[in-house]
Order: sequence, then structure tokens, then C-alpha cells
Amino acid sequence: MSNKDNWKIWEVFIRSRNGLSHKHVGSLHAPDAEMAIKNARDVYTRRSEGINIWVVPSDEITASNPDESEPLFTPADDKVYRHPTFYDIPDEIGHM
Amino acid sequence: MTKELSFEERFQAYVDGENKVEPKHWMPEAYRKTLIRQISQHGHSEVVGMLPEANWITRAPSLRRKVALLAKVQDEAGHGLYLYSAAETLGADRQNLVEDLLSGKAKYSSIFNYPTPTWADIGAIGWLVDGAAIANQVMLCRTSYGPYARAMVKICKEESFHQRQGYEIMMSLAKGTPEQKQMAQDALNRWWWPSLMMFGPTDDLSPNSAQSMKWKIKRKSNDELRQEFIDKTIPQADYLNLTIPDKDLKWNEERGHHDHGEINWEEFYNVIKGRGKCNKQRLAARNKAHDEGEWVREAANAYAQKQADRKRKQKGAA
Repeated sequence: MSNKDNWKIWEVFIRSRNGLSHKHVGSLHAPDAEMAIKNARDVYTRRSEGINIWVVPSDEITASNPDESEPLFTPADDKVYRHPTFYDIPDEIGHM
Repeated sequence: MTKELSFEERFQAYVDGENKVEPKHWMPEAYRKTLIRQISQHGHSEVVGMLPEANWITRAPSLRRKVALLAKVQDEAGHGLYLYSAAETLGADRQNLVEDLLSGKAKYSSIFNYPTPTWADIGAIGWLVDGAAIANQVMLCRTSYGPYARAMVKICKEESFHQRQGYEIMMSLAKGTPEQKQMAQDALNRWWWPSLMMFGPTDDLSPNSAQSMKWKIKRKSNDELRQEFIDKTIPQADYLNLTIPDKDLKWNEERGHHDHGEINWEEFYNVIKGRGKCNKQRLAARNKAHDEGEWVREAANAYAQKQADRKRKQKGAA
């Protein structure tokens, strides 16, 4: 068991300080969530990089397929009207 | 008529455009294999690199030196983990990587097969070995594979402390008694040439380099990196008033670089083939540590199992 253990891979997310979102920093192995947090503390926060940790089993993450990024993301490219600069507002109106 | 680009050609164009390759992207099988080999060897080097230094933790000359060395060795373990994680994103299995190291099948940097007979060696390792590693790793921050590049950025941030603590040790010894200064000089003599060998064979004898450069895994050649390291280190040795053990070392006005003497490549290949002073010792120490940690892994598994069972029971009762 111990040599061929089934320690899951966990993805680690760290909030560096309050007011900021958690950010993906890497992954690690652990037998359960509790150990994953402990390991994440040792591996990813040795220099005060964080104040809060999330761990998520890697196989619980569903990712979009990079081969499909074109149909997924390019439709947004030609919708310039979603951006404020698309609209002509005279300068004298000031910041809007 | 425009020619249909093959997967390989499209991949090359993507890399040539300075785009990063991410785990689920299509990549040539040889690119994946090269990276798994390189990243895992790099990880193994971090892990084995703990051994020559750990040798001195209990004998560090002051508490200040001791906490620094402990922190450095702990960092090396962390660096090994970042790298194994990067290798896993390519589909490598962690357990197999570790087994290959323990069985002696996998390679790690030959530099760690040299002994550390005195405290000055700890200074020289931080200054020279970490210095050489940094030159290589700064380049790898721009490597084409995203997870490897990101691991390198993290590692480089932490390595700078390693080199500074080493140089500080050298400074104390170089400014100390004549005996202490001699210790520092002897350590420099021991580590200079092996440090230059860390960059690998000369460019004309480095068969895999061209493809790695083409794929932008490597961004600078072995000789370029070695030259950078030499030019950077010479003034640091001068400041310490220590002499680099190479009588052919001299400034070449025309090249704008230092020329250096012949590297003993026979020694390099001997150590790679397992005939270095500490090859056996290092692997034995690594295996011992792994075996002695078995009960910890077992206990963690048992605890996780028990917690999971308890949770299931509670759910069943509710």
C-alpha cells in the first residue's frame, strides 16, 4: 500500500491577502484534504505567500478543451459593442 | 496553393511565436519525453542536493548559520516537489519517477556526487553550485513549457537567498584567520571545476541541445551559460581575495569575455557513469530516508482511510 499508495493529486489555491482572490499556485500529493492543506502550507507558503489555502482534488476539475478554444472564445472578439469605448460620448460630458 | 501545415509544423510555429505550451495542448511525443526526462532529472537533483548540505546542519558554526542552512535544505525539498508536479502535468507518474531515482535508473546532477569535507564547502556550494544553477534556471524561466517556466520563476525567487548565504559564509572565512582563509580557498579549489561542468558538455558535443533550443526548452547553449557564470563569478572571487584554480583564466579583450582553461571532461563522464566519490553514498542515503519514511506514509494512509470511513458512517446514520 505505502509504496504504491494512491495519494491523490490536489490543486492548490492561495489567497495572498484579504481583498484578493485565491490564485492557483501548483499541485501536490496527499492522502486526504487535511494533509493536503498541511502539505500546501509547507510547500507553497514558506515565505508568507498566503493567509488562506484552498485544495481541490485535481480529478474534480473540469477544464475546457484547448482544441475547442476557437469556437468557445472567438465569438467574443467581434462584439466590440460590449466595451465602453464603442460609444461616442463628447469630452465635455466628462468621465462616464 | 498553400500547403497544409502538419501538427509538428503548427507546433513549431506556435513556439516560434513565443507562445507557451500548456498541459493539454497537442505536442510532439519527443517534446513531451524530453521534458519529462529533463524536469524529473532536475527534480531529482533538488532532492539529492539536500544530502551534501544536510551533512553539515548539526555542525553549523552558529545558530544563525544553522537556521539558514535548515531553511535552504527545506527549500530544496520544495523545489523538488514543484518540479515533480510540473512533470506530472505531462502525464508522468510521481511514484515511477521516485522509483527510478531510488533504483539508480534516473540521473541527477553529478555535482552532488562530490563530498563536503569542511564547513567551507557549504559556503562554496551556495556561492558556486547555486550560482551555476541560478544561471541555468533564470534561462528556464523563459522555457516554452508553461508549468516548467512557472516552477522556475518560483525557484529563482528562492535561490537568491541560497547563493547569498553561501557567499556570506565565504566572506566570513576569507576575512578570518589564515587557516579559515585557507579553508575557503581549498573549498573554491574543490568546487570550481565541478561547477563549470554543471553546464554540461561543450556545444559541439551536446547532441540534444539543438532540438531543445529549437523547441525553446533551452534558450541559451551550455557554453553561453558557462561563460556567463565565469564572467560573473570572477569579480566575486576577487572581492574575497581568493584565487580561482585556473592558470589559463584571463580577460579576452576581443571577445569581451574571460578565456578559461581546459575542463577535465573525463572526470565529468566518470562521475556521470557512477564513479564519483559519493554516487553510492548518495543513493544509499536517499533509499534509507525513503524506507525510514514508510511508516509515515502508512500512518497517513490509515488515518485518511479511517476519516473517510467515519464520514461515510455518519452520512449513513443521518
